[in-house]
Amino acid sequence: MRHLIDITDLSVEELDELLDLASDIAENPKKYQESCKHKKLASLFFEPSTRTRLSFEAAMFDLGGNVLTVSDANSSSASKGESVADTAKTVSCYADIIAMRHPKEGAPFVASKNASIPVINAGDGGHNHPTQTLTDLLTIKREKGRLDNLTVGFCGDLKFGRTVHSLIDALSRYTNIKFVLISPEELKLPSYVKKDVLAANNLEYVQTADLEEVIPQLDILYMTRVQRERFFNEEDYLRLKDSYILTPEKLKKAKEDLAILHPLPRVNEISVAIDEDPRACYFKQVLNGKFVRMALILTLLKEAGTL
Amino acid sequence: MNIDSIKNGYVIDHITAGQAMNIYHFLNLDAMDCPIAIIKNASSKRMGKKDIIKIDIETDINLDILGFIDKDLTINVIKNGERIKKYNPELPATVKNIIKCKNPRCITSTEQELDHIFKLTDKKNNVYRCLYCEAKAGK
Repeated sequence: MRHLIDITDLSVEELDELLDLASDIAENPKKYQESCKHKKLASLFFEPSTRTRLSFEAAMFDLGGNVLTVSDANSSSASKGESVADTAKTVSCYADIIAMRHPKEGAPFVASKNASIPVINAGDGGHNHPTQTLTDLLTIKREKGRLDNLTVGFCGDLKFGRTVHSLIDALSRYTNIKFVLISPEELKLPSYVKKDVLAANNLEYVQTADLEEVIPQLDILYMTRVQRERFFNEEDYLRLKDSYILTPEKLKKAKEDLAILHPLPRVNEISVAIDEDPRACYFKQVLNGKFVRMALILTLLKEAGTL
Repeated sequence: MNIDSIKNGYVIDHITAGQAMNIYHFLNLDAMDCPIAIIKNASSKRMGKKDIIKIDIETDINLDILGFIDKDLTINVIKNGERIKKYNPELPATVKNIIKCKNPRCITSTEQELDHIFKLTDKKNNVYRCLYCEAKAGK
C-alpha cells in the first residue's frame, strides 16, 4: 500500500508526475469532478487546523467524493485511549483514504503501518508536513514554469520553520538551485540542515541578515513569520521583527517576475499593500494546496486499486 | 586479581571504561544462567583503562547490538579453550527495543505498545534516528 508520510517518499519523477497532474486539475477542474465518486476521505485531525483540513476536504469534494471528519480529538475514541494503530484499522473499514494530522511525531507513520488504505500525513507535530511542501513546489512550478535554475530566498524564522526545512530538502533534488538564507542571527537555518542537505549535496547558499541587499537577485521569496515566542529577550524581538516585514518599498528593488510565497497564516510580515502586487502568490498558493491534494488523493487511490 | 579463562563462550574486550554494565543490561546477561565475569577499569596500553566481559556459555548468543553501543570493542569467540574468531562488531542497520526515544513529542512517548526502533542513518558518524520521529538516538 502506498502512503505519503514524508516528502522523500516520492522520487523526483513521481513528484514531477504529481505536480503535472495537479497543474492539469487546476486548468481543467471539470475533467476531474467525478473522479472519486462514491469514495470517502477520512479526515482525522487530532489537533486544530483550519487551512489544511479544509483544503483536504475541499479537494475530496471537488473530486466528487465524500468526507468523514474527526476534527476534535476530544470527540473521538482517541480521548478514550484508543491507539493510533487501532484507529487506523477501524477507519480502514469505513473510508478509502485517510488524511491524518496528529500532535505526536510519527503518528501518521504508525497509522500507515496498520491501515489497509492509503494514509496521507497532514502534519505530525513539528516533524513533517509533506502536502505543504507539495503546495510550495506546485506554486513555484506554476509561477516559474520550472523547478530548476532558480535563486530561492527564505526569509524570517529559518530555525524552527519546518516548512522551510522540507522545502529546502525537496528543492535540493533539482539542479542549479541557489539558496539565499535571510534571517537574524538567532533564527538562522540549523547547522544539521546545512550539513545534511546543503553541504551534502554541494549546493550553493549564502546567509545574510539583510533582505534589501539580496532581494534583487531572487526568483522566489519564501517569507515566514518571526515569532515573538522564539525569543528569550523581548528587546531582541522588537529590534528584529521589523527588518523582515516585506513592504512595497523593499519590493521596488526586486525582479518584475519575483514570486512571493508564504505558508500562512500571516501576521504582519507581509504588508497588506503587497496583496495587490502581481508578485504576491500566497493566496494562489492556498488554491494550489487544494489542487495538489486532489492530485495526491487521485494518485494514491489509483495505486491502491480503489479507482 | 585472577579471573579464570573460559572454555566456551565470548570475551568482549576493549570496552570503553564504564560501559561494561550498560552492555550487561543491553545483552540481558542478568537473565542468563551461566558464569559471567565483568572486569572494570582493567589497564590497557591502547586505551589506558578498559572494561572486559567474559561469558562462559555453550550456546551462541546474538551480539549484533554491540556495534551500536561501542563499535571499537573486540569480540573473541572461544571454543574448547581456543580463540576461533576475533572481530570488531558491525553497526547494525536497525536496533529494536534497546534504547527508548527521548523526544517527548514522539508517538512512542504515549503509545506504550510500540517497539522502539532506530535506524542507522549515518554510518560514518554512527548516527541512529528514531523510525517514527527521526530524533537522534541518545545512548
